[in-house]
Amino acid sequence: MINQSQVSGRGIRRIMVGDHAVAEAVKLARVNVISAYPITPQTLIVERLSEMVDRGELKADFIRVESEFSALASVYGAAAAGARAFTATSSHGLFYMYEMLWWAAASRLPLVMAVVTRALGPPWNIHDEHTDILAIRDSGWIIGMASDVQEVFDMTLTAFKLSEDERVLLPVAIGLDGFVLSHTTEPLYIPSQEDVDSWLPPRNPKVPYVIEPGGEPITLGNLPRMDVYHELHRAYMDEAMNEAKNVIHEVYGEYGKLTGKYYEPLVECYRCSDAKYVAVTMGAWSGDAKVAVDELRDSGYPIGLIRIRYIRPFPEEKLETYINGVRGVIVFDRDYSVGFGGVLAGELMGLVPSNVSFKGVIAGLGGVDVSPSDFRNVMVSFVNDVERDGYLRVRKWWYIPSVNGGD
Amino acid sequence: MSSVSSKYVKYILSRPMAGAGGKTGTWRVHRPVINAERCIKCGLCWLYCPENAIDWLENKTVTVDYDYCKGCGICSDVCPVGAVTMVKEGVI
Amino acid sequence: MVTINELHRYGRTKLIMPGTSACPGCPLQLGMRYLAMALDARFAMVIPAGCSSVIPGAAPYTAFTVPVMHVPFASSPAVASGLRRALRIRGVDGPVVVWAGDGASADIGFASLSGSAYRNEDIIYILADNEAYMNTGIQASGTTPPKAWTTTSPRGKTEGRKDMSLIMIMHNVPYVATASIAYPMDFIDKVRRAASIRGFRFIHLHAPCPPGWKFPDNYTVRVARLAVETGMWILWEYNQGKLTISSPSVPYKDKGRRKPIEEYLKLQGRFSHLTKEDVEVIKANVDKQWDLIIRLTEIYR
Repeated sequence: MINQSQVSGRGIRRIMVGDHAVAEAVKLARVNVISAYPITPQTLIVERLSEMVDRGELKADFIRVESEFSALASVYGAAAAGARAFTATSSHGLFYMYEMLWWAAASRLPLVMAVVTRALGPPWNIHDEHTDILAIRDSGWIIGMASDVQEVFDMTLTAFKLSEDERVLLPVAIGLDGFVLSHTTEPLYIPSQEDVDSWLPPRNPKVPYVIEPGGEPITLGNLPRMDVYHELHRAYMDEAMNEAKNVIHEVYGEYGKLTGKYYEPLVECYRCSDAKYVAVTMGAWSGDAKVAVDELRDSGYPIGLIRIRYIRPFPEEKLETYINGVRGVIVFDRDYSVGFGGVLAGELMGLVPSNVSFKGVIAGLGGVDVSPSDFRNVMVSFVNDVERDGYLRVRKWWYIPSVNGGD
Repeated sequence: MSSVSSKYVKYILSRPMAGAGGKTGTWRVHRPVINAERCIKCGLCWLYCPENAIDWLENKTVTVDYDYCKGCGICSDVCPVGAVTMVKEGVI
Repeated sequence: MVTINELHRYGRTKLIMPGTSACPGCPLQLGMRYLAMALDARFAMVIPAGCSSVIPGAAPYTAFTVPVMHVPFASSPAVASGLRRALRIRGVDGPVVVWAGDGASADIGFASLSGSAYRNEDIIYILADNEAYMNTGIQASGTTPPKAWTTTSPRGKTEGRKDMSLIMIMHNVPYVATASIAYPMDFIDKVRRAASIRGFRFIHLHAPCPPGWKFPDNYTVRVARLAVETGMWILWEYNQGKLTISSPSVPYKDKGRRKPIEEYLKLQGRFSHLTKEDVEVIKANVDKQWDLIIRLTEIYR
């Protein structure tokens, strides 16, 4: 949550939906090349950016491609030629990009992409779920997940700084929950163009390399002489991902000074420092989970919330710190890895000591509403079960509302 | 001098060098031998050499770079005067 | 027209470094060299998956002497679009060339190619057509001729072929031409003419492949030339509304001057199983194609 009194002077306040907040951030970053293909619920982003370019508010090329695959391929090409470039997509569109996602990341070119999270069919479903963005977690993209419209904006703007940092040079994906954030109006503080310019200079086209006629005759991506080059290259990606944790810290520090808005960079700890139980969430429903935590605290339950802001790089040190000493961890996954369970539960479980209770909850798939009272009920029964039995270890547990007229 | 700034791209960027595919002259089964007396200096063998292993010199004679010539024999096939003979390697 | 004497200045210049991973007699190597000569090695190139991903050799070295991006199979027209747009914004001039095979162009990357063409992106697209998926070991593509043997058409391809260059004209792009590795001067002229105009330019380069078509390594140029001399491959040029038959093919407008098609077919193992009836079908197709192209020269005059 943003403490409005912290916000410094020169910007403006607006109310705006999340998709338009993305577009505002892209405009302020003075992006040179944009390409995206319409898909609900991302479409408001392409529409708004097209308007901005058409009206001359944003001096950029908008490439009206025929698919998401070409959208990513063309902004990737633009990045290789030295431009600051942006794309956005969702769900099936993200999956249509899949091959290019990996190629772009391993090419070490800076790029920013908004992913408006949405379920995958069948059945066709345009509603919110995090399975899409989590399915690219192995691809080499830095992946952030916002929890409100302000954070959507801030994450998008800081993504350019992060991606272009010479210690990082990896593309950044910003997740925002479909409809819950993409189409929901919230107050938004937008820093002034002058402030952003002073902090985010134009991209240096030579970093890390540039492909241009008459330029240095470098070839990107031919077969390696020895397979170990491939391995060494991936090890460099790992190094950069690790380095990105520090850079994320730095970038949000600078951003805080610029705008007065400070974040815990990788993981937000909400009432978790003195908690005996912690819930773990990611994305917009974290707000509802916080309401549940507040209510439970009022009733004497010693529970807090860990909200993951960046799932890549995986913030294991922070998570370990917050998990250390608790009696139980309950993870809420708005995603499902078929045949396994919740993705976050799977990733976190290794950090939870075997004598600490654990529960992985799958909920909210396909846009199913999970209210603060749902969170509260599930959290309470977890705490009560652990207190009663002393220990509980459940990696996968489905929380599905009863279906009217169903069986 | 390279303008490439980051060590992170060391293993994905390449630079031009002869023999990037190896010393391909070792693939050769038949070697092209040029009969300088017959050669009319037309340059066709140079033009049609897929491997770029023939130099067309200032005086318009040609030389073959046997380090890289794969012995495909196109030079012999396109020579209008039969001045390029393919000779089995190891046979003098 | 460019002459070989003009090219003599490249007599010792390695625009493509020797010692590549290409098969002996590779036609793509010829085409790539002519391309580099045509543009004096001042261009950037985007190459999708295919033989040309492998040909330049192994990192950290390459045979290519211009900036190159190797990119996923279906992506090259889109990557080149973004590259060119960014260069324009940065004020950097010079051609951006896609060098792609028939699989990348006619099949898996067709949507991306069509998108770039209809947007009239400022790129030169060279379809180096060896008429099958050669890099994976000779599988049939959208441009493999009917009846031709490939490993996925063991008894001969049963489908027809996509006429990529005519499809490109229908995208209303300014420049489309066919070319052949056997006619380097014609190809170089076309690349230079293409480079002198702006927008999407497409050159369909015929590139006979010794292992893929099953003919001896030394016959690459011979087979490519026979394709033109028999009328199987017609060299023409569409330049901003005007379509003309290119000089090497002009004599073969007259059916009587074409060499017998059997001379072309008999050199290639991929056609060794053809029956007399098959050959008659192929001949009829050649005549039909000539009729069409001649009519198009009358329409686009």
